[in-house]
Amino acid sequence: MTIDTLRLTAEEANHLLRKKEVSGEELFAAYRAAIDERDPELHCFLRLCDDAGGEGIPIALKDVIGTKGVETTAGSKILAGYVPVYDSTVAARCKECGLRLLGKTNTDEFAMGSSTENSAYGPSRNPWDPTRVPGGSGGGSAAAVSAGLAPWALGSDTGGSVKQPSALCGNVGLRPTYGTVSRYGIVAFASSLDQVGPVAKTVRDCAFLYSVIAGRDPADSTTVDVPEVELPSAEDLKGLRVGVPVEMRDAAGIEPGVRAAVARAVELCRELGATVDECTLPRSVEYGLPCYYLIAPAEASSNLARYDGVRYGLRAATPAGEARGRAAHSLGGAGEGLIEVYERTRSEGFGDEPKRRIMLGTYALSAGYYEAYYGKAQQVRTVIIREHAAVFESFDLIVSATSPTVAFPLGERADDPLAMYTSDLLTIPSCMAGLPGLSIPCGLSEGLPVGLQLIGPQLSENTLFRAGHALERALGFDFVPERLR
Amino acid sequence: MNWEPVIGLEIHVHLKTRTKMFCRCETGFGAPENTRTCPVCLAHPGALPVPNRTAVEWTIRLGLALGSEIPLRAVFHRKNYFYPDNPKGYQISQYDEPLCVGGRLVVPGADGDFEVGFVRAHLEEDAAKTVHVGGGTGRKIGAERSLIDFNRGGTPLVEIVTQPDLRSAQHAERFLQLLRQTIVGLGISDARMEEGTLRCDANVSVRPAGSDELRTRWELKNMNSFRFIGRGIDAAVRGQVALYESGGEVEQHTYDYEPDTDTLTPHRSKEEAEDYRYFPEPDLVPLEPEAALVERVRGELPELPAELIRRRAEALGVDDAWALVTTERDPAYAGLVAASVPARDAFNFAMNQPIPPGADLAELAKVAIAAKELTREALQAAVAASADEGFSAGAYLGDVAITDTSELEPLIDAVLAASPGQVEAYRGGKEGLLGFFVGQVMKETGGKANPKVVSDLLREKLKA
Repeated sequence: MTIDTLRLTAEEANHLLRKKEVSGEELFAAYRAAIDERDPELHCFLRLCDDAGGEGIPIALKDVIGTKGVETTAGSKILAGYVPVYDSTVAARCKECGLRLLGKTNTDEFAMGSSTENSAYGPSRNPWDPTRVPGGSGGGSAAAVSAGLAPWALGSDTGGSVKQPSALCGNVGLRPTYGTVSRYGIVAFASSLDQVGPVAKTVRDCAFLYSVIAGRDPADSTTVDVPEVELPSAEDLKGLRVGVPVEMRDAAGIEPGVRAAVARAVELCRELGATVDECTLPRSVEYGLPCYYLIAPAEASSNLARYDGVRYGLRAATPAGEARGRAAHSLGGAGEGLIEVYERTRSEGFGDEPKRRIMLGTYALSAGYYEAYYGKAQQVRTVIIREHAAVFESFDLIVSATSPTVAFPLGERADDPLAMYTSDLLTIPSCMAGLPGLSIPCGLSEGLPVGLQLIGPQLSENTLFRAGHALERALGFDFVPERLR
Repeated sequence: MNWEPVIGLEIHVHLKTRTKMFCRCETGFGAPENTRTCPVCLAHPGALPVPNRTAVEWTIRLGLALGSEIPLRAVFHRKNYFYPDNPKGYQISQYDEPLCVGGRLVVPGADGDFEVGFVRAHLEEDAAKTVHVGGGTGRKIGAERSLIDFNRGGTPLVEIVTQPDLRSAQHAERFLQLLRQTIVGLGISDARMEEGTLRCDANVSVRPAGSDELRTRWELKNMNSFRFIGRGIDAAVRGQVALYESGGEVEQHTYDYEPDTDTLTPHRSKEEAEDYRYFPEPDLVPLEPEAALVERVRGELPELPAELIRRRAEALGVDDAWALVTTERDPAYAGLVAASVPARDAFNFAMNQPIPPGADLAELAKVAIAAKELTREALQAAVAASADEGFSAGAYLGDVAITDTSELEPLIDAVLAASPGQVEAYRGGKEGLLGFFVGQVMKETGGKANPKVVSDLLREKLKA
């Protein structure tokens, strides 16, 4: 039978496999054919796997997810050639479930970015319009799912890296509650924020994949026990109290088309039986972004210190004129050997964005500045957590746009880091509070997908899936990019 | 002017847990290089730390033994710096919320007790070991290559920081001995300086006697025995006093003590003043030791060496009690006393030969009681066999030493006659030769003479 990878959901693929209407081999071959056809244009994959094992549904993994025996670079030159000797917990759980690895998807370097333009291996492109970005950092995973190159994928979300590209590519993406999914084996960006999450075509696929990866892991001390995942089936929102944070609704910079699509979705919530009311998150929206850009770089500056050229990955070559073994490799001499290896390796190995964040973070943690920057940001983070908790005393979930804009043209924000940072204005506050967020497509603006963000209290994934599923059915969004139909 | 030294110590102790602090690699020495490693202790991308529960419990045990408070919450911090022995680029340590806060140790002394307060004790991970190859010195400077052995990297390490309460090098040495014994007694570390499982840095300043100011200090590193710590402190005190008395000032510095020359040399620091950019380790949750755990650990504490020394001092005096406890001979001593050996005899017997673990002390007590009459061979053989299955003292008690002077005298005369040169030298003042003569007589008797009787006789005859 012909397999239309653009339309096939993972759930449908599973049916076909169970009924033996297709074999795992045929399914895998169909996605490989789609990759061969469309990936040269979209550049979703950094690496393809032919024999990674598994007979089940194929899956793509963002290249920050460590995979035993398969090169894992996090989109950085400094990890070129690095082949992990162990599987990340999420990769191992996918394998145990029989999922078959298609390949590793593109990402902004160390997941730092909102467009994949910071990848050392070139940007990915949006399947809806290849002149535009797919979002980021997990743009490769989102574009791959959208373009039918994978039925589903895993990304990682620090400040919006699953939700925002899902929104820009017309996918469903979940950033789970902090602590529900193990970070063991995930190339770290900002440890107190990083969380792996699924990208899929439907909410049910997303929920299923979440159930595969979630759960306490002895190898990650920050993980917790997770309630059993319920695959959603209800088609109404009866009994749910939906909040609309006015600061997120009215934020400057939200495109009119995005605003309109989100407003229609909010109205739909009411029609589906939810009670809808305004709520307010003033401090979270005002201070979320600046605090994030202190805490995340601070942790990143420390997490990225291990890339020093000593044990694995890139070690910059010694210039010919200084090729004295002693100067290059000893810790002694005038002391310059070691320092030079560090400096050269990190200068050559890191791109501009990691360098920028290492410098920001180092500064924020330095003696004399810690209290004013990192320390203050942590205090504000507590305020953000409390402000969200107060809202969830009256609401089961809150909704907003995921991204203020639809997919933007490649290059538009590449030279303006601040403009790029504001892509995550609406996704960051709940990330700072450790809360789960689901992005589902809620319509088009200028022919490009608009994402609706649903945020709930800690461990409320089942509520988000239920609401997301009901809205998805009511919205009837066609997730296949128009130009590929 | 009279100057008073002000000394504080920072002590690092390797815990002898089976596995490392944040991964489950085995600890231990002597394994081939880089065979006890994993993604966590090699800092591979994505690896995460998981704390060693035993190490946490043992640190609490130490804290309780030192009278520290165990706060309800303790936090691991990252201490950031670049060095190849620190593969993550940060060491997981503790900063402002350590596991143990405060406490004190009262050190018994023949001239009165003295007390040392603790600032804190915290838990961290050790660095890997760097080995410098080539250049002939085995040191960093001038080496051709530096190799790293990650086996040690990640070993649980407790850092104990004292108040600046010590007032002499001698007190510092004595305090360290007692602290070491306390640690060993708790069963949490071998605490051997020669193996690096106990390391100690000293902060030293001086002030006019009677003042309570704290002046600029020097930090002394790389002293690898208690004796060198004492000599290093003395050298620092001498140096600072000389500076002040010549009108100079003491500037804050770090020094290494060089035992060969008994001098201090500037410590090669990694770079200029380090800013470690401490921040709470986001990969770990705070430790919250439960009250029940703390109370259980408190209830399991053994009698501590300081208490034991005080108890033994009643029969032996402080100095001998100290020697008994700090050389770990007390269990043998206690067993002998329990088997009715008089305290003084039991002390001498326990101190004179290492009694093997598992010795049948009740049986050995019979030998100890008769020790004065037995030959040295008999004593040694009895002690050596005392842990054997079915050890019986009877076989050794018949081997009575020769104390009969009429039997020994001719032998002694012969020995002296055979060594006229040594006799002359002895009489010329080289009294150390007495041992030589005793040895000769013991040899003649096949070791069966009573050495005390022999030396008494020798002294008398050589006087003539």
